Amino acid sequence: MTSPASAQAPAAAEAVVEVRDVHYAIGGREIFRGLDLTVRRGRITAIMGPSGGGKTTLLKLITGQITADRGSVRVFGQEVATLGRRGLYALRQRLGLLFQNGALLTDMDVFDNVAFPVREHSDLPETLIRKLVLTKLQAVGLRGAAPLLPAELSGGMARRVALARAIVMDPEVLMYDEPFVGLDPISLGVILRLIKQMNAALGITSIVVSHDVQELAHIADDSYLLLDGRIAAAGTPEQLRTSTAPAVHQFMSGNAEGPVAFNYPALDYATQLLTDTDD
Amino acid sequence: MTSGGRNNYLIEGLRRLGSVAIFLLQLLAASVASLGRPGLLVKQIYNAGARSLIIIMLSGLFVGMVLGLQGYDLLQRFGSEQALGIAAALGLLRELAPVITALLFAGRAGTALTSEIGLMRATDQLTAMEIMAVDPLRYVAAPRFLGGVIAMPLLTAIFSLIGLYGAQLVGVQLMGVDRGTFWSQTQGAVDLHDVSEGMVKSVVFGVACSLIAVHEGYHAEPTAEGVGLATTRTVVASSVLTLLLDYVLTAAFL
Repeated sequence: MTSPASAQAPAAAEAVVEVRDVHYAIGGREIFRGLDLTVRRGRITAIMGPSGGGKTTLLKLITGQITADRGSVRVFGQEVATLGRRGLYALRQRLGLLFQNGALLTDMDVFDNVAFPVREHSDLPETLIRKLVLTKLQAVGLRGAAPLLPAELSGGMARRVALARAIVMDPEVLMYDEPFVGLDPISLGVILRLIKQMNAALGITSIVVSHDVQELAHIADDSYLLLDGRIAAAGTPEQLRTSTAPAVHQFMSGNAEGPVAFNYPALDYATQLLTDTDD
Repeated sequence: MTSGGRNNYLIEGLRRLGSVAIFLLQLLAASVASLGRPGLLVKQIYNAGARSLIIIMLSGLFVGMVLGLQGYDLLQRFGSEQALGIAAALGLLRELAPVITALLFAGRAGTALTSEIGLMRATDQLTAMEIMAVDPLRYVAAPRFLGGVIAMPLLTAIFSLIGLYGAQLVGVQLMGVDRGTFWSQTQGAVDLHDVSEGMVKSVVFGVACSLIAVHEGYHAEPTAEGVGLATTRTVVASSVLTLLLDYVLTAAFL
């Protein structure tokens, strides 16, 4: 198994997010058991893992929505758990998060959704806000959709609007929560290109959480494989793909059989079929 | 029921009460800040108040008309049907207008508030605001709470007015009570104390109903079923609490 220490990031790039020995349990279920990972400035870091493996929980830790039971989560060198509300909000202004469903505010149109963070956090004149919002909407190809309501958008469009909203305040780190789920091939290609562009053109550090191994391989600089609450493998997507470690190989090639349990724990199959009740 | 089960119910009840009390304090703190955003507040006063106008006015009219009929029937047995104006005015101002307005408010505006906020929670909109460093308590909850608190006395006043008109409609136009007697008796009997009793009640009901509606929505389970349950709880809790508080306030005023 590849050890986490061998993450192939250039030593020069500064660590933006550092997660060290994080333990986290919810309702008696252990999500993280000694999680370690580092996200470096200016790079696209992919966090892969099976559904329900705690990928979204990791983003909640980074944004300070929850705190770890043990261990340390540092963002821009600040320990997230020790920040007060004010400090947390100041930190969040430097972060952007793209929600799986977009999470657009349903009572305002696309333009106002993108303008929302700017209006809340700055005193810019409306004429300037208009130009700023139109630029961001143009970047995701939806300048023409400005007057539409979120209910009138398709899933892919809503996610692109949410992306425009996430970048309107020019965050230093942009996090994507399962950005590829349920997209048609064209939307998928567009989102992939956008993630790459945001990273290259704006120098945004990107964290992409997903289980789509193939898509991530195109864009990620570093990748981590999250299994059983720990980092099972780290490295470039290529290194992960050629890994011979059984669990890593199983995940990357999508086999049901292997050390990673696909079947939910159950009674013996034959026994259960041959009896009439489940007692 | 076992005593263990009873204890659990008691603890759960106390826990809920505590969480509502803490939420009220947070809301009041956030309300101070949201007073600086008149745009948001006006929109919510419109949502809770103006949009409830039709139902409040219609109900007020019918309640007043029933009051006119019943009052006339009762009073004419004692030959004192001229007192109809007093009976209707006092009944409406002190009791019927604040209580019925609060019950209607819980059903119309309260449910709308709960389901709206609950759905915002279920679709991650509240979390998205948190992530954008915008406090949803300040942006979403406080303006809706304040909007309800401000709208309730206004709606109550309108209910009283229309109700009195309805009673006059039946008493004077239909049953033939003398118009001059009706109004002069009313004017003579109603004093500021009666009006303020109704207004104090309506403000208290406004706080209670808005608090319950916003609290239930804000803490709703983020599922379709959870939002539905929260909406039901809003109506039930608001109605029962309104009637309970009404008794307490009436006793305090007498």
